[in-house]
Amino acid sequence: MVTTTEIWRWLEEVSDPEIPVLTVVDLGVIRSVETDGKNAHIVITPTYSGCPAMKMIEDQIIEKLKEKGVVNCTVALTLAPAWTTDWISQEGRNKLREYGIAPPENEPDKTVLFAKPTVVPCPKCGSSNTRMISLFGSTACKAHYQCNDCLEPYDYFKCLK
Amino acid sequence: MNQAQVEFVLRIADDSLILGHRLSEWCGHGPILEEDIAMTNIALDLIGQATSLLNHAAALQGEGKTGDDLAFLRFDRDYRNLLLVEQPNGDFGMTMMRQFLFDAYRTILFERLQASSDEMIAAIAEKSLKETKYHLKHSSEWVIRLGDGTEESHARIQESLNTLWRYTNELFYTDAVDEEMHRSGILPDLSDLREQWEDTVNRVFQEATLSIPTNNWKQEGGRKGMHSEHLGYILAEMQYMQRAYPNMEW
Repeated sequence: MVTTTEIWRWLEEVSDPEIPVLTVVDLGVIRSVETDGKNAHIVITPTYSGCPAMKMIEDQIIEKLKEKGVVNCTVALTLAPAWTTDWISQEGRNKLREYGIAPPENEPDKTVLFAKPTVVPCPKCGSSNTRMISLFGSTACKAHYQCNDCLEPYDYFKCLK
Repeated sequence: MNQAQVEFVLRIADDSLILGHRLSEWCGHGPILEEDIAMTNIALDLIGQATSLLNHAAALQGEGKTGDDLAFLRFDRDYRNLLLVEQPNGDFGMTMMRQFLFDAYRTILFERLQASSDEMIAAIAEKSLKETKYHLKHSSEWVIRLGDGTEESHARIQESLNTLWRYTNELFYTDAVDEEMHRSGILPDLSDLREQWEDTVNRVFQEATLSIPTNNWKQEGGRKGMHSEHLGYILAEMQYMQRAYPNMEW
């Protein structure tokens, strides 16, 4: 008999294809896990509408569960409630920082127009004397920053809520 | 099948699809690497929104078609996008101006659609709004930077505004489809859409030292399938593979 607790633990072995340091559980894209003891049904949500990693995440989940002996696993996609960076776990945030990606800052949802760039501390030296290079980075979920002190260029996992 | 509802979803879906395709033309041609990446990221968000919306339209049609069928196998007169989004990219400033005029409208539309009685539309709107607000932040900052920039950047983006302004009236186009959507609660109240949109663009243009053209000629037709010559070229490129090799996948 397979339990949901076991499945959740197995899902921690599935990493995000774009940011392999994070598991799909850290990222908060797993919305629910159901099992009747034999089959499994998992609901996932995309980080961004056009996130190209979703299909791969789905395939990897099915593959992982098959490896653990769950032959019938279905994965469904849900859009609501919409994913937010608040769902990234504390452990996930620590892993991001160690990997060199600044985790999302808890930005208040201020007005879109005329807003100053968020202050994002450098993941390498911790300095807050940094600047935004571009609102968009190497993937849809990241922006591009540089540290003015140690000069490290880095990705910022932008706050989405 | 509710014909008006399919029509309504196609209008929003086609705006995302065509603008996403237009922006993707910048891939590898951006003025600087960061903006090349930014425009392709925005294109990706828009194509993602189009995928969700077209899948929903196909499901509502109930004719066994997929979202891909709707994206790749319709004729030009079947597309319902705004004329604004099919306009050529022009220079970077023109692309940012087109994006800004559209983002300012889309943000308000998606805010309201979160309360749609169609749960799928509400879910897509909630998801897309977060992305669209970010796009608006990006496009409005460029409009300000170029408008309040050098003499040349100011002149060129003012020219872009002069060219694109005639297509903005269509953002507020309504017909029997919208009326029916209002009645069924699928489209929440949007009577202040123009007022809200004008408030956003006026604030940004003031900061950007740009002036709204006094020539008030307005061009519309996209919502009824009457397009400018540019759409045909986009579709020729977009549909080529599916037309040449039906049902091919990769």
